[in-house]
Amino acid sequence: MALLEVKGLKKGFGDLKVLESVDLTVEKGDVIAVLGPSGSGKTTMLRCINFLETADAGTMTMDGTVYDLANADKKEIAALRRHTGFVFQNYNLFSNKTVLSNVTLGLTSARKMPKAEAKEKAMKMLEKVGMADHANYYPAQLSGGQQQRVAIARSLATDPEIIYFDEPTSALDPELTGEVLETMKSLAESGMTMVVVTHEMSFAKNVSTHVIFMENGVVVEEGPSKEFFENPKEERTREFLRMENIDA
Amino acid sequence: MSADTLKLLAESFTKILIPGLAMTVPLTIISFIFAVIIAVIVAVIQYAKVPVLSQIARVYIWIIRGTPLLVQLMVGYYGSSALGFKASGFTVAIIVFAINEGAYCAETIRGCLEGVPKGQLEAGYCVGMNYVSIMWHVVLPQAFRTAVPALGNSLISMVKDTSLASNITVAEMFLATRQIAGRTYQFLPLYLEVALIYLLFSTFISYIQRLTEKRLGRFDKTSENEGRS
Repeated sequence: MALLEVKGLKKGFGDLKVLESVDLTVEKGDVIAVLGPSGSGKTTMLRCINFLETADAGTMTMDGTVYDLANADKKEIAALRRHTGFVFQNYNLFSNKTVLSNVTLGLTSARKMPKAEAKEKAMKMLEKVGMADHANYYPAQLSGGQQQRVAIARSLATDPEIIYFDEPTSALDPELTGEVLETMKSLAESGMTMVVVTHEMSFAKNVSTHVIFMENGVVVEEGPSKEFFENPKEERTREFLRMENIDA
Repeated sequence: MSADTLKLLAESFTKILIPGLAMTVPLTIISFIFAVIIAVIVAVIQYAKVPVLSQIARVYIWIIRGTPLLVQLMVGYYGSSALGFKASGFTVAIIVFAINEGAYCAETIRGCLEGVPKGQLEAGYCVGMNYVSIMWHVVLPQAFRTAVPALGNSLISMVKDTSLASNITVAEMFLATRQIAGRTYQFLPLYLEVALIYLLFSTFISYIQRLTEKRLGRFDKTSENEGRS
């Protein structure tokens, strides 16, 4: 059984239809890159399946539990989020908290973990992303790439079964994207299930196991990464890959 | 200025300063603490759009901001005795000042709450926190940081506004000054003297305000990576 299954996800803002009807299946251990031009609905899809936006229609099955994406109550949403982590484009670290507190807060406040235990766990996570030596810094004292790595540690700390990444490197200077992609790559290699909305073709090609290509609120093509890049089925996909300077 | 006037000023200085320290300062501090508590509650009610309570909050702010403080003091003073409460002028003054300043500070804090980026709330939800703990640990502290300069202004206004309490028999330092002036007919020098003492108090508060800003501002200081925000 799939870890995550989304069916018939629809979302509009007023008259604008952002997602027509999107289906998504994620198996445990999958690293799915969601590609597509700006405005194709990738970010909206990711936000809808973590209830940061309320969908107009659609159902989701996570670990055997079914959720109505258009109509879930607070308890259901909280229960779902125990399974997920979310990494934002602009990091969204708590600006009044140190790096360490950013990671422990979800443990002490939401999961009632004792402080010492939370600290120990947070330090482990920070070590994973190479930020343990910055534990007592405030977010404003870090570069964008460092902030994003802390954000990854923060979402890791809550032991999610799947982490959603919403354009994690789009707000970064080109020379800083490398360190974040490297962190994500090692995460992928450790077996973490990930759905990554991205414009980084190299990540999609070399790290992800599957690719979903979206445009105008629908999934145009999906498949294993190798197949997607070497042998795309749709003409629109080939055109997109040409624009991105990747030869099919 | 004659030698007599100088002597009077020297003698009256402590006679004004002591009610200042004994009345004006506690009146200001106690009222302001209650005002901030009221303000936070009212601001959060509006920020969270709590039904019914947020409408009540609007009406409260509308009435308080639309009527003079002096009139509110009079209504409080005569109103409490009409209702049968035996409240002293000091108690009435604290309650009225807290309610009055609470309305203004509520607007300040509400604005600062709304200035905290939505992403901070979303990040909190995504690590499993609930609304109340996100407000407590993340949103309110950040809002406070931006509210400090405006709250400092409110506190300074409040020190000066306590002079109005002389109208409801509170023996604060302006009343003390008026009594000395009434006895000696040296109105101008004495009022200048009390003005100077108010200025001293205000200056001290400004100093405290700056220290508070510095302390709360430590998390947005960019000491390592210059130019990053």
